[in-house]
Amino acid sequence: MANFHLQIVTPDRLVFDGQAEKIILRTVGGDACILARHIDYAAPLGIGVAKVTDDQGNTRQAACNGGMLSVSNGEVRVLATTFEWEDEIDLTRAENARDEAQQQLEKLQKSDHDFACVEAKLKRALTRIQTKG
Amino acid sequence: MAGASMKDIKLRIKSVESTMQITKAMQLVATSKLRRAKERMESSKPYASVSRQAIMAAAARCTDQSVPFIHPREEKRRCYVVIAGDRGLAGGYNANVFKLVAAHSEGSNYCVLPLGRKAIDKYHRMGIESLSDDYSRVEGMTVGQCYGIARMLIENYLEEKFDALYLVYTSFKTMMTQDAEAEQLLPVPDAPEEETAKPVDTVYELEAGETLQMVMPDFLAGRIYSALCDSYASEVASRRSAMDSATKNAGEMISDLRLKYNRARQGAITQEITEIVAGAEQ
Repeated sequence: MANFHLQIVTPDRLVFDGQAEKIILRTVGGDACILARHIDYAAPLGIGVAKVTDDQGNTRQAACNGGMLSVSNGEVRVLATTFEWEDEIDLTRAENARDEAQQQLEKLQKSDHDFACVEAKLKRALTRIQTKG
Repeated sequence: MAGASMKDIKLRIKSVESTMQITKAMQLVATSKLRRAKERMESSKPYASVSRQAIMAAAARCTDQSVPFIHPREEKRRCYVVIAGDRGLAGGYNANVFKLVAAHSEGSNYCVLPLGRKAIDKYHRMGIESLSDDYSRVEGMTVGQCYGIARMLIENYLEEKFDALYLVYTSFKTMMTQDAEAEQLLPVPDAPEEETAKPVDTVYELEAGETLQMVMPDFLAGRIYSALCDSYASEVASRRSAMDSATKNAGEMISDLRLKYNRARQGAITQEITEIVAGAEQ
């Protein structure tokens, strides 16, 4: 299959820079799959599992959170707030974060200022656990 | 008399030697910190440059007049994010940043967001309004803290507490040269000519303006983080070369003083001999 140049960057590091065959990401509008020769495209990212298939055909999973996806002139760039491969995820930490967020959510009302924050925290933790599992 | 001056010189030599030990130790510390700081700087660069391109492309595409980040409004007040060091003894590092802010802001009404102890102290003394004095340690600043800064800046911008946002930091060019630089962050400046020339046919999942609003905190946080890493590497490099020349100067001073000391010693001996000989002749 045709390959394209993929760069995945987070504020503190360059996660991936090389040829890839396919990437699936959760955007705000739902999951998007990018293959080679995709039309120029831009979308903000949501919180979800990302799947990257490199030019050798190996697929790796990662927990991706926030940021932006941009395709221009065949160059695919993922600007993520955080992007962790499955082997980098600390499962106990994610589980603790999930339990903590669930406890906080029970006390909060949907109209509370912090509700969205805590909900996002829970979603991040769940995504990490899902990626790892 | 010669004896007293010999003692003085000896004391001077001792004190210069201990100063030299300190400058040498600081130079070594800076050298070892520099390697890590440079690595951190290198890895923070891609995000900042790629997100800048993406933001500019989205801004060029956005026609929605209600998006506050791209359309300049009347500039009543500016805000400068000033990144300086936590400590002094780094040559002209801190002074250069403050000089640039002073030159850049001339004649305008502005507030600051100082990052680093030195910057906080400086604007406190000058009596310029500061948005927050919480960020007094540049060295260990995390991405999370940068997100905090970005959200606060955006909130203030939307409340119209300021109408333009500039970032002043020190850019690491080489080990020997680091330059203070100013960059406009908000409203998003127009992309350079060659980039706008090509037709924009990008498909946006959401409206370009909406995309911009969602990604703005990420862009600001990434840019500030990268500037922080850049500045920190510059600070360490500039401290290293300052301490290097201080050590060299101390070495020169010591050899100079040694020469003086030996001369004084010789003078004292000669005088003593002359006195003895004169006494024997009588």
